[in-house]
Amino acid sequence: MIAMLAVPLLGAAVLVVFPGPARHPWYGAAVSGVTLVLALALAVRFDHTRAARPQFTVDVPWIPGLGLRFHLGIDGISLPLVVLTALLTFLCFVHLVRHRPEQGRIRALVIALLVLEVGMTGTFLALDLLLFFVFFEIVLVPMYFVIAVWGGAGRRAAAVKFILYTLLGSALLLLGLLLVWAHAGTLDMVRLAQAQGAGLSRAVQIIAFLAIGLGLAVKAPMWPLHTWLPAAHTEAPTVGSVLLAGVLLKMGTYGFARIAIPVLPEGAAALAPWLGAFAVAGIVYGSLACLAQRDLKRMIAYSSVGHMGFVLLGLATLTPVGMNAALFGNIAHGLITGLLFFVAGGIKERYGTTELPRLGTGMLARLPYLGSLLTFACVASLGLPGLAGFWGEMLALLGAFQPAAGLSRPLFLVFMAVGGVGTVLTAAYFLRMLSHLTHGRPPAGTIGGGSRGAALLDVSAYELAAWTPLVVLTVVLGLWPKALLSLTDPVVQAYLGTR
Amino acid sequence: MIQSIDYAAIASPLVLALMAGVVLLLDAFLPRTGRTRTTLGLVTLAGVLAALAVPAVQALSGARLRTFCVPAGLSRDPGPPPCSFVVDHLTLVFGAVALAAGVVVVLLSMAQLAESTIPPGEWYFLLLCTLAGAVTLPASRDLIMLVIALELVSLPVFALAALKRYDARGSEAALKMFLVSVVSTAVMLFGVSLLYGLTGSVHLSAIAARLAAAPVAPGASVPPAVPVGVLTVAVVLVLAGFAFKIAAVPFHFWAGDVYQGAPVPVAALLSVISKAAGFAGLILVLTTALAGQARLWGPVVAVLAALTMTAGNLLALRQRHAVRLLAWSSVAQSGYILAPLGVAGKQAVPASVAYLVIYAAMNIGAFAVVAAVSREGGRNELDDYRGLAFRAPVPALALAFFLVCLAGLPPGLSGMFAKIVVFREIVAGGAGWLAVVMAVNTVIALYYYIAWTARLFTPASAPAPSSASGPAASALTIAITLGLVASVAFSVAPQLVLSIAG
Repeated sequence: MIAMLAVPLLGAAVLVVFPGPARHPWYGAAVSGVTLVLALALAVRFDHTRAARPQFTVDVPWIPGLGLRFHLGIDGISLPLVVLTALLTFLCFVHLVRHRPEQGRIRALVIALLVLEVGMTGTFLALDLLLFFVFFEIVLVPMYFVIAVWGGAGRRAAAVKFILYTLLGSALLLLGLLLVWAHAGTLDMVRLAQAQGAGLSRAVQIIAFLAIGLGLAVKAPMWPLHTWLPAAHTEAPTVGSVLLAGVLLKMGTYGFARIAIPVLPEGAAALAPWLGAFAVAGIVYGSLACLAQRDLKRMIAYSSVGHMGFVLLGLATLTPVGMNAALFGNIAHGLITGLLFFVAGGIKERYGTTELPRLGTGMLARLPYLGSLLTFACVASLGLPGLAGFWGEMLALLGAFQPAAGLSRPLFLVFMAVGGVGTVLTAAYFLRMLSHLTHGRPPAGTIGGGSRGAALLDVSAYELAAWTPLVVLTVVLGLWPKALLSLTDPVVQAYLGTR
Repeated sequence: MIQSIDYAAIASPLVLALMAGVVLLLDAFLPRTGRTRTTLGLVTLAGVLAALAVPAVQALSGARLRTFCVPAGLSRDPGPPPCSFVVDHLTLVFGAVALAAGVVVVLLSMAQLAESTIPPGEWYFLLLCTLAGAVTLPASRDLIMLVIALELVSLPVFALAALKRYDARGSEAALKMFLVSVVSTAVMLFGVSLLYGLTGSVHLSAIAARLAAAPVAPGASVPPAVPVGVLTVAVVLVLAGFAFKIAAVPFHFWAGDVYQGAPVPVAALLSVISKAAGFAGLILVLTTALAGQARLWGPVVAVLAALTMTAGNLLALRQRHAVRLLAWSSVAQSGYILAPLGVAGKQAVPASVAYLVIYAAMNIGAFAVVAAVSREGGRNELDDYRGLAFRAPVPALALAFFLVCLAGLPPGLSGMFAKIVVFREIVAGGAGWLAVVMAVNTVIALYYYIAWTARLFTPASAPAPSSASGPAASALTIAITLGLVASVAFSVAPQLVLSIAG
């Protein structure tokens, strides 16, 4: 359990002291590979019949003066995210083996990514409010450097925007957590969730939910707090975008499912309509913004805003169906958008740009594998039945059809209708982009590509190795959603007190 | 009548004062060579280390020492007679912080003096005097002793700032600081005299007893023995005196010019030792003498804290000069330290002290790196730090760590936990507005800290000057290492600080 955190941390520490291993292309992949094996071992040994209870717990006091315990554990809703984190990090390193960033200094990049992995994994494992916050913060500085050092042209501004926005959210989150602590007297998430808000007055719950919710909403990101995201995603290097979209955004929605809703049920009930309203606004806004984009990476970034809107809508219903949809959507979005950003990075490497007009048409004819993968990822992202993206959106809308008792049903029916329009718009922009980019004739002569000329390389073996697991998982989860839902459902039922 | 003096209690300031005399004598009789400079530095270092051993021994023995007490027959109050010099937990913590920071400042001074025309004897003498004051102040338990100790901390610093002769900036810094200091001392003395007039005593515990006997009740039909209006004025005036020491609003204007104009070791001294002394005095007066009047000073301190952190951070935002930036950032940090006192909860003092201890470690470390970089030449602008990570990886990584600590982000966990302690105290005390102000301030502060940190890792266009070696460089290396070890230790095990602060 601790090894999940210790392995990447030690890996990074070794690099800080000895510069040697960094030159070895497989170093990072090896370290994160060990972590992935550990995560898979946890998944295998995980007792599925008791998915609602945290397993493999570690609980030792760290800072008694603050009441902070080093309390880790894994249950049905954290297990998929932990595996996803380990998987995506490993795939990023596999991708890096061959596709070094142009700015060089691979050693620092490996260190940053490993520290990032520690923070992301720790966030999903923590069962102590302050420990959660500590891990939540750990990701900020490495991600800042990943964007600011290895990013695109406007990287400096994007990185500063990213870190200031998210720190503002974190500060609010901390205030909310401390408020919960001051009134409930414990930092133990398990006990707080079991208490179902007992001992916290309604006013305290609302204020705390507002503070925690705003803090997490910046991270998620929820419209209208999303403005850091397109810049950060567009400027970040490929591996940065993948981890940012695949894992970092999930930390926000995971926080809702893990802390805000179970610990503060009354606050959640009071503010859920607002959350739902902002969520559907995000869905529609994200889709419309996508329609107007001329840059591929920017478009994927805005599509994330829309997808996270579905996740937030699922959470806002406060029903088991909606919560399961949100957790499912989290994983599906991590897989699909991770793949999309990998492909977009591949396109950028070959064409030297991600601007749609300059990419030209006929990618399927020029680069058949890359074009097919792009098509696959887009189709999965727009929620084609049979692929992973479908279930998260469909179940979220289903949850909104029948929201929790105490929430206004007509209001959520409106949300459902607007969200439905959003799915149509999502389909529209992806199909429009695909028809423009992949179909048609390849332009004559050499467009893009720079010195490499017309002979663009199709998908390399390393890229294929990094992308195939994502494709396979997308199909598997699309055809067999119960694999994931059976894990998350017991926890959700326990949190919402429906069992 | 002859007072008995407990020399064990006053050992720490006594050692410092004696060493100050020794240094002055050595300077007079030793030849003026480069070796003498080093010798004087080492003698000073030995003195500070010896003085630092005293609180360590006192803490281990666990005895509560007191001396300069009012003789039993002369005490007007029942109970134990009030004493002027008390060695308790607070005294030891503040004394140890000041002396540990003193060790680093002496090391920085050795590097600074190795290559300049500053007279070493005077420098070390003044430095030791300041440290003696900083150690005496947290032990003082009467108003007169407090004022004297405070002046003993301040006066040598003016001279230290001006010792770089024929340097216009240094002279300006010294003069500016002198004027603000004199005004604030005068204001404070006025407040002290009012407090004495109201209560008839200078001993903090006696003042508290006298004020508790005459409760402040604005609506009472019987006229209170202590007029509320006069007491308020006295409290505000005393607060103002300490506000200068800790560079709180509205006495913060001097910080930027003085830190920049003075030699770097003096700036480090001002930002840690002199500030710790100011906070010690403030905490003593507020929580010992005026403990029952928290309703009166609490809101004032809270507003001061909010203004101080905001002003400091906003001023730091636009700085291009490294030391100036640290000056304003340390003003902002003063605001964070003040904040728990404004709530006046049960755990307010431990929260402030914990923040102060952690702040001392990370700030002195940052100054140590700045001192090292300023030796490379250049004007110590932020742009001089461009690419430092490639020229000098160890100092650069250390500085990055200190800055991230000051910003309060992981991996700088010590700074983060310090902020959490303060936030917890504010939230538990119910001052939501102050918590929000502080939250916004941490975001503002992050902007300039992260901008500076990012510069360290940006490739420089100009070729790097080769860094010099020698005793000066090794002194700096030791100084940086000390700051780094302390900050890393506090990051891994913040409980160290929390348990000694509590």
